Amino acid sequence: MRLRLTEQEAAFREEMRTFFTTKIPQHVRDDIAAGRHITKDDYVTCMRVMNEAGLAVPNWPVEWGGRDWTPLEKHLWHEEMQLACVPPPLAFNASMIGPVIAHFGSQEMKERFLPATANLDIWWCQGFSEPNAGSDLASLSTKAERDGDDWVVNGQKTWTTLGQHADWIFCLVRTDPEVKKQAGISMLLFPMDSPGVTLRPIQMIDGGFEVNEVFFDNVRVPGENIVGEVNQGWTQAKFLLGNERVGVAPVAATKRVLATVKDIARDQGRLSDPLISSRFVELENELLALELTALRVVANSSDGKPHPASSILKLKGSELQQAVSELQVDLAGELSLATGSDAVPDWAALATPTYLNLRKASIYGGSNEIQRQIIAGTILGL
Amino acid sequence: MDFTLDEDQLALRDAARSLLKGYDPNVDSERRRTVTGADPGYDTGVWSRLADAGLLGLPFSEDDGGVGAGPAEVAVVAEEIGRVLAPEPYVACVVLAGGLVAAAGSPEQRAELIGGLAAGEHLLAYARAQGEDGVADVVIQGAAADTIVWHVGNELFVAPRPADAAAYPTSDGGRAARLVFDRSTAAPLGAGGDASAAITRARSLAQIAACHEALGAMDTALRMTTAYLTTRQQFGVTLNRFQALTFRAADMYTDLELTRSLVTWATLVADEGDDPAALADAAARAKLQTARASRRIGQEAIQLHGGIGVTAEYSVGWFTARLTALARWLGDADEQVHTLTDSLGDHTVLDPLSA
Repeated sequence: MRLRLTEQEAAFREEMRTFFTTKIPQHVRDDIAAGRHITKDDYVTCMRVMNEAGLAVPNWPVEWGGRDWTPLEKHLWHEEMQLACVPPPLAFNASMIGPVIAHFGSQEMKERFLPATANLDIWWCQGFSEPNAGSDLASLSTKAERDGDDWVVNGQKTWTTLGQHADWIFCLVRTDPEVKKQAGISMLLFPMDSPGVTLRPIQMIDGGFEVNEVFFDNVRVPGENIVGEVNQGWTQAKFLLGNERVGVAPVAATKRVLATVKDIARDQGRLSDPLISSRFVELENELLALELTALRVVANSSDGKPHPASSILKLKGSELQQAVSELQVDLAGELSLATGSDAVPDWAALATPTYLNLRKASIYGGSNEIQRQIIAGTILGL
Repeated sequence: MDFTLDEDQLALRDAARSLLKGYDPNVDSERRRTVTGADPGYDTGVWSRLADAGLLGLPFSEDDGGVGAGPAEVAVVAEEIGRVLAPEPYVACVVLAGGLVAAAGSPEQRAELIGGLAAGEHLLAYARAQGEDGVADVVIQGAAADTIVWHVGNELFVAPRPADAAAYPTSDGGRAARLVFDRSTAAPLGAGGDASAAITRARSLAQIAACHEALGAMDTALRMTTAYLTTRQQFGVTLNRFQALTFRAADMYTDLELTRSLVTWATLVADEGDDPAALADAAARAKLQTARASRRIGQEAIQLHGGIGVTAEYSVGWFTARLTALARWLGDADEQVHTLTDSLGDHTVLDPLSA
């Protein structure tokens, strides 16, 4: 057993810290520090800066831009990025479709998509959830039928995050309705401006636009745009969702937000109120336990496969993220209602919209009930 | 950072597990009840075998008659104790009482008391005198020990066990005694005087060891619960068909693993051993997390077992009793929150890698 970073690891951490705090545009970091939404251009700029430095897709195979880092180095990269208020590389590209193409795609498909995906020349969106297929994803009904060499797609997706910015979609479709539901799914890639694709933004409870409905009306997709084999989509989806679970626990980002909220409480003179200070103590301790669990999970992940305990990270990570946002609302008190006022501090006006928006964290990425199902079934054998 | 046990530590774990096998509920479900049913509430034969195997001397230097191992090895043994709920007072008498002597005793005191403790010939107990009258209310194994290590104010003394010491049973099936400090029979530990640093250090190390004992107990409580859910039938099916129950078991697992991470980290901080403030902070953090998890896992283990969990015949309730006791021994959760509140303003974020 060993606690401290080696000299080499400490130097690596310092290198990451320096990069993220000096190479990423300051206005983007300021927006994130203040809890504001950032623009599409901000995402693209930041990911390209990282990609140029070889820091956008370290989890990919080395030949496609990945880094031969230890799990701890990957963790430090991710943590320093969050602590520096840097927007992480677009998850749909870096954590989702990139690794899937690298693992399941043909050589031709890799060459066509991976460099553009790492550089955010293509902005991907995720075509998974449907109105009647949420947690029960495998019951999806968007279908793709053969027409010559092409596929013709009909149906609807929903909760398509940042789909309004997307150039391409990776889309789960039913290619065989006759077999067990998991066995008849494939993954197709196609441009969002293909004839027959319609997108309708859905306004969120904080007033912002993040998710969309996407409709497919006889969308024609070339046969070569299928990932891997026909009807292999469920395997690919599970591979993707396992990676997503690890990535969606924003431990360091939540730590950073908690530190900001602590500053607010100090400015209010309320850090000496035991009712307030004890909440900070408990949250800091729980976040510490979560961070250390993330380090354990990272150390035990082999072959890039997520440790089953990664469900803990999603479950607890989202709960703590939500709890910290709730504490900010409580510090704002009655002012938390004044979201439309210019006269209250930004942090108070943003508190409730953020809190309400973050209720999503225990729903997306496999709801927390799905994570409990995974823990009970896969780990505890229940 | 590396959380895994090395080969020697794995061998130590296997040795401890083998010596304590008799208490395993799967091996002999009555053994613990039988042993705790009569004074001194633990098995002196098992204690001798732990001594023979070197386990009672683990944390002490070879010069003092110990084995020269560290907090990581102590953690391994404490966890095995907790795993089968062995009633032997390892953390109280070896890690805490022995630890104080090792930290503050003179060479002669260390040679006699540590050497004797490690050999199983002396039993030491830790007593903290509260208030003016010098009473220590809950001295674990205070009537079985021959020597009492007294913590009075910020000073340490050793004294023979008072002649009238009488054991009473504790809530978890153990034994304790109410003792009164008598200055006339006591000798200062070492040079005497302010021993705050030694006390804080020894208590921190004992707190972390107690957390490992709780980890072992929580691990077994969860295993027993999942085994029960997959065998007990109601409405014609096993209980694991009911999601209302399996989700609660999943939350127990989450609590257990989060706690394991934090407690193991605290042990690594202790193993580094060079920063007293960092050690005390890590111990408080481990103790707080363990107390919270012990409460939830202990309560849920009984609830998911149903009525049998509240009986003395079935062991799961005793795991809850022990977890309830450990959560309050050496400082409860509230005390840790107070301690950690004092340093809340000293950092922006916590950084476990540079503790």
